[in-house]
Amino acid sequence: MSAAFVREQTLPPRAAPFAATGAKAWVMQRLFATPRDIAMTVIGFAAFVLIAMPLIRFLFLDAVWRGENRDACAHVLTGACWPFVAAKFNQFIYGFYPLDQLWRPNIVFALGAVLLVPLAIPSAPLKRLNALLFFVVYPVVSFVLLTGGNLNPEHFILGYVIRLEDHVDFVWHGMRAAFWLDYAFSSLALSLAVALIGRVFGTPISTALKVMVGFFALLALLIAPTDADFGLSWVETREWGGLLVTLVVAVTGIVAALPIGILLALGRRSEMRLVRWASVAFIEFWRGVPLITVLFFATYMLPLFLPGGANIERLVRALIGVALFSGAYMAEVVRGGLAAVPKGQYESAAALGLGYWQTMLLIILPQALTNVIPGIVNNFIGLFKDTTLVQIVAILDLLGQIRSAFSDPNWASPTTLYTGFAFAGAIYFAFCFAMSRYSLFLERRAGASQLRMETNRT
Amino acid sequence: MSDLASVQGASAVEMSGVNKWFGSFHVLRDIDLTVKRGERIVICGPSGSGKSTLIRCINRLEEHQEGRIIVDGVELTSDLRSIDAIRADVGMVFQQFNLFPHLTILENCTLAQIWVRRRPKAQAEEIAMKYLTRVRIPEQANKYPAQLSGGQQQRVAIARALCMNPKIMLFDEPTSALDPEMIKEVLDTIRGLAEDGMTMLIVTHEMSFARQVADRIIFMDEGQIIEINRPEEFFAHPKHERTKRFLSQILD
Ligand SMILES: Nc1ncnc2c1ncn2[C@@H]1O[C@H](COP(=O)(O)OP(=O)(O)OP(=O)(O)O)[C@@H](O)[C@H]1O
Ligand SMILES: [Mg+2]
Repeated sequence: MSAAFVREQTLPPRAAPFAATGAKAWVMQRLFATPRDIAMTVIGFAAFVLIAMPLIRFLFLDAVWRGENRDACAHVLTGACWPFVAAKFNQFIYGFYPLDQLWRPNIVFALGAVLLVPLAIPSAPLKRLNALLFFVVYPVVSFVLLTGGNLNPEHFILGYVIRLEDHVDFVWHGMRAAFWLDYAFSSLALSLAVALIGRVFGTPISTALKVMVGFFALLALLIAPTDADFGLSWVETREWGGLLVTLVVAVTGIVAALPIGILLALGRRSEMRLVRWASVAFIEFWRGVPLITVLFFATYMLPLFLPGGANIERLVRALIGVALFSGAYMAEVVRGGLAAVPKGQYESAAALGLGYWQTMLLIILPQALTNVIPGIVNNFIGLFKDTTLVQIVAILDLLGQIRSAFSDPNWASPTTLYTGFAFAGAIYFAFCFAMSRYSLFLERRAGASQLRMETNRT
Repeated sequence: MSDLASVQGASAVEMSGVNKWFGSFHVLRDIDLTVKRGERIVICGPSGSGKSTLIRCINRLEEHQEGRIIVDGVELTSDLRSIDAIRADVGMVFQQFNLFPHLTILENCTLAQIWVRRRPKAQAEEIAMKYLTRVRIPEQANKYPAQLSGGQQQRVAIARALCMNPKIMLFDEPTSALDPEMIKEVLDTIRGLAEDGMTMLIVTHEMSFARQVADRIIFMDEGQIIEINRPEEFFAHPKHERTKRFLSQILD
C-alpha cells in the first residue's frame, strides 16, 4: 500500500454530541458531578440558609406591616417595622418639600424616566432629539419646576457699570427688560471683541461673529425660562431632601463627569504644554483630595474667600464640587480608553485630512469610550454611593433623611433603625444594580465591535 | 483619472536635500527625489532603511527637519491648514489597513468625504459605491471591517483613499500583512490604478509586481537613496554593490 492518501468522499457536518438534557441531568452536572462539586453545593446551601433565612425572616416573615405609631412595633425584636417607612415615606423621597407642591418633583421624576428609558435602548429612534431633550431641555425644565424659577437676575455684564434698572422698569412675565437689554448689549459687545481678537489670528470677522452671537442666543434660550414667571412658588433647596436630593446630586455628577473627563483626558494628551500641565494639575488636585474635604471646602471655606460666593446656594456649591471631583476621576478612565486605541487609527484619520476635533470625535473617542464602558459605569456607581457624603454639609439626602427620622420618639422601636437602613440599602442597591446590569448589556453589545478591533490589529 | 497624467508641468512631488532624525538617529539623509505626474515609483530596500519614513514625510505623518518637500506645487511647512489640504489630496494605504473598526465599510468610505470634502451624504455614498465597485466589493458595503478578509479590508482601504479623489497615492507595504492567496487581488487593484495614470509611490517587496508596474525603482539603504533606475536595468544590471547584494537575497 502506498503512503499517499486521497479522500474520495467529503464528509457532511454532524450535529455536536450533546449530553443528556432535562432537569435531573442539569442538577447532576451542575451540582453533584464530582466530590468537590458535592462539597461546594452543600457549603453553598448551608451559607444560604445561615444568611438568607434570617434576612427573609426579618424583612418578611416576622415583619410588622400595619400600624399608626411605635406601639405596633414595640414588641417585635426580629422583624422590620414597615409602618415606620410608610409613615415617613414622603420625607424619605422629597425631604421637606412643601406637600402641596409634590407634583413638581413628581413631574421631574416621571419626565426623567420617560426621557432616559428610550435613550438607554439602543434601537429606539430619534436618538439625537432624545439626547438633546435629556441633556439640555430636561435640566432647565427640572430646575424651573423644582426651584420655581423666576430668578430675576440683576445684571449681566454692562449692567454692573450702567444701572439700566433706574431708567427701564418694564417687566414682561417676570422677565425684566433692564436685564435683557443689558444681556443683548453685553453679548454683542463681547462678540465684537472676540471677533476682533480672532481677526488677529486669522479667523474671518463674520465667522467669529456668527459663532459668538449664536452662542449667546442659545444661552439666552437657556436663561430665559429660569427668569420667566410661571407662577410657581419658590422652594428653597434647604427644603429639598431625600431621594430627590440624592438623584439631583448623582445625575448632575454623572452628566457633568463625562464631558469634563473627556476634555481633561484630551488635555492631558495634548501637545500644547500649558494645556497638558493644567490638565494634569487639575486632575491630580481633585484626585488627591477626599470628596468630604471638597464638600467642606465648597460649603464653609469658599464663602470666606469669594465675596460673591456667599450668595451661591449651598446645594449648588456641593453640586459643583461633586461634578469637578467626578470629572477628574472620569478623566483617568477615559485616558485608559484613549491609550488603547492603536496609533494607526490616528494616522489613517490624519492621512484622510481630518482635523484634530474631527479625528477625536468621529474616530478616536467612539472607540476609546466603548473600550472603557465598565470603568465608566463603575465610576457612576461609585459616585451614586458617594452622594451620601453631602450629609456632611447638612444636606439631607436619602440616607440623611432616614437617619434624621430615627430620632422621632413617635417611632422609637427596637427595629426602627434596621428597617430604615434596610430601606435605604434596597433603594441604593436597586439603582446601582440597574447601572451594573446596563453596563453588562452595553459591553455585550459592544462585544462584536471589540472583536472587530482585535482582528483589525493583527 | 487619466486626465491627471496629461496635466504636465509641475512635478507631483519634489524633495530636495531632505534630512530627518529620530532623536540622534539619522533616518533620512540628503534625499533628492522628483516624481512626475502620473509616474509610478516603487521603493525597496532592507528593513529599517527609512522607506516608510520617506513616504510618510510626503503627507506629513512625519516631519522632516531639513530640506524642502513640495507636493503638488505646495511646500510643506508647519502651517496647519496647508497640511490638511495636502493630506486630503494625498491618499495613503497602510500595511495594517487601519480601517475604522466602529464604522461600516460604506461609512469608512464616506466619513472623510463628508467632513473634509464637505460633500452631501447622498453624493458621498454614491462616490463610495463607485469605488467599492471598482475594487470589486460593493456587496460588503454594510458590513464591518472585521467581517472581511485581509485582502478585502485592504481593498476597502484603497477605495477609501480613492473616494477623496487624491492626486497622489502612497502605499506602505500594502500586501505585507496579507496571506499569500490574497496578495494578488490587492496587487491587481493597484495595477488597475497604475493603468489609469495615478501618481503612485509604493513601498513593496513584491519584485515581480515592481517590474511590471514601476516607471522607476528606488533602492534605499541606511536612510539614503542608493540607486534609482528603470526596472529592466534595475534587475538586469544593478549598479551599486548593495543593490546587487539586496537583489541576490530577495530574489534567491
Ligand atoms: N517614531 C520613531 N521613533 C524612533 N525611531 C523610529 C521611529 N519610526 C521609525 N524609526 C526607526 O527609523 C528607522 C527607519 O524606519 P522605517 O519604518 O522608515 O523603515 P522601513 O524601511 O520602512 O523598514 P520596514 O521595511 O521594516 O518597514 C528604523 O530603524 C526605525 O527603527
Ligand atoms: Mg516600513
